[in-house]
Amino acid sequence: MTQTPGIARSGRRSPWGAGIYRRPSWFLYILPALAVYVAFMAYPLLSSLKLSFYTGSGFTLDTFVGFDNYAKLFADPDVAPRFWGAFGNTWVFFFVHMLVQNTLGLMFALILSDRRLKGAGFFRTVIFIPTTLAIVVTGFLWKLMLDPNFGPINLALDRIGLGALALPWLGLEETTLPIISLVSSWQWVGIPTMIFTAALQSIPEDYFEAAQIDGASGWQVTRLIKLPIIVPMIGVVGVLTFTGNFNAFDVVYSMAGANGAPNYAADILGTYFYRTGIAGKHPVGIPDMGLGAAIATVTFVTLLAGVMAIRRLTMGKK
Amino acid sequence: MPRAKERGRGRLRPRASRIGSYLVLCAWAVVVLVPLYLMIVNSFKSTSDIFMSPFGFPTKPVFDGFRMVFEEGNFLQYLFNSVFITVLAIAGVMLLAALASYALVYWDVRLARAVSVFFLLGLMIPMRIASINLIIMLKGMGLLDKLLGLLPIYLAMGMPMGVMILTEYFRTIPRELVQAAYIDGAGSFRIFRSVMLPLARPAMATVAIFNLVTIWNDLWFPLILIRSEGQRTLMLGVTRLFGQFQTDWTSVLATLTLATVPILALYLLLSRQFIEGLTAGAIKE
Repeated sequence: MTQTPGIARSGRRSPWGAGIYRRPSWFLYILPALAVYVAFMAYPLLSSLKLSFYTGSGFTLDTFVGFDNYAKLFADPDVAPRFWGAFGNTWVFFFVHMLVQNTLGLMFALILSDRRLKGAGFFRTVIFIPTTLAIVVTGFLWKLMLDPNFGPINLALDRIGLGALALPWLGLEETTLPIISLVSSWQWVGIPTMIFTAALQSIPEDYFEAAQIDGASGWQVTRLIKLPIIVPMIGVVGVLTFTGNFNAFDVVYSMAGANGAPNYAADILGTYFYRTGIAGKHPVGIPDMGLGAAIATVTFVTLLAGVMAIRRLTMGKK
Repeated sequence: MPRAKERGRGRLRPRASRIGSYLVLCAWAVVVLVPLYLMIVNSFKSTSDIFMSPFGFPTKPVFDGFRMVFEEGNFLQYLFNSVFITVLAIAGVMLLAALASYALVYWDVRLARAVSVFFLLGLMIPMRIASINLIIMLKGMGLLDKLLGLLPIYLAMGMPMGVMILTEYFRTIPRELVQAAYIDGAGSFRIFRSVMLPLARPAMATVAIFNLVTIWNDLWFPLILIRSEGQRTLMLGVTRLFGQFQTDWTSVLATLTLATVPILALYLLLSRQFIEGLTAGAIKE
């Protein structure tokens, strides 16, 4: 976000009052936004990181315990298995999105970028519909769709003679997490589709005309003109997918409950954080806020590290 | 498609592959639309009808589900709460972000650039990380379990995106306009109100839509901050009703339909702006 030199220079020389561009009173315009942003985002964020070094009861975290919360999280036999389970599941959740959501998004964008395709606008609108739905609604809707007894999916499978495939999708440890990840991919595929579409639309028409004159095949056009534009966008999409997934909660909560049932098979960092730091474990219901803050911090650090790694991987080559 | 039109880039994509394209797109359209179709259609059937023939059109529409939602649940209260907090937060984000962006574009000092970067950092960081401290803070302020407690959170949450979109937009407004207004004797606030704001309407629409969808659909903050029945937002209410109605599919589907239709209708009316608004953060990053 750098100010272009042209604007800055013309500002200083401009006839809009000598020095009006440097008047301190401008700060008053910024103040309200900045105050809200600092008080309710920057400060609580940093403070939450700090609280991960404290423990206490209820809403008062007043005892400094150093890295105890982290030690508990990573190694305590009662706590660590849940944490590592959720951590691993979050990665599975992420990889399914990368594989399914973003591949589909890329495919849709390549298809939609064919300017001779009729109805592209209609399909774009349809692909993006789920993105505007509330995640809870999506989750509940698919939970009903996948209901083992009355769900339309299993009914349809039965009717077309694939009754053997009519599994209790959300009741089996092996299928729950992949199915929930697919539902979430269904919802968000519109975003990568639109990002890739925008990138493809930025390619000047001349390139295609030149390619046509040179007799390039469709595949050559894709590989030599479209892919070079798309590859850097994979980094942007990757970063978004990563942040989105390590921040996910609603879809698991609505489809598998706060525990990521069955047997924590769908438990991700979001649900684990909610149970530990906010709702408290059933049946006691007393949250361990210090431990919760530690989970938030680990999520935060993983996010930063992941985002930097993805950026280096995809943008470093340039 | 007439043969004569098979010119231009048509030759690059043989006809067979375009048929493939349509197959892929139509298959996906089915995957997207069927669940929504089933949700809406079945909300007009009795539960036993849903189980008997889930795919068909209702022979005789039944409104029991909708009646249940309004009579047994506090649906109207949830709806009102959501409209209230969403409208308030969107208006607040637009106003504060526009004021700040105006100054960030014209205030030509190093501090302004630093503040811009500081706002942008917020785009990368999910606000949920701060949840633990937000709960403690709101409790201290007496705003825990209050609908209004969500307001400052949504304002802070919308600020980075709002400032980013609006500063970028204000930069494209020619300075001559601003200078002309200044020469005519307008002060900086007058210029903001009469020149900048009216010109920024498209960017404001993007900000509004982005916040509308995120705030309306948000479950996390109401879930962790609100417990009282009267303070619940629509999405928190939906989770409640989903549990309450359980196997009463008619009512469950009526709840989901009612929760979805407002945004869905708006989206169908303004799909280009919605797609732009929701993808904005990603592309401009």
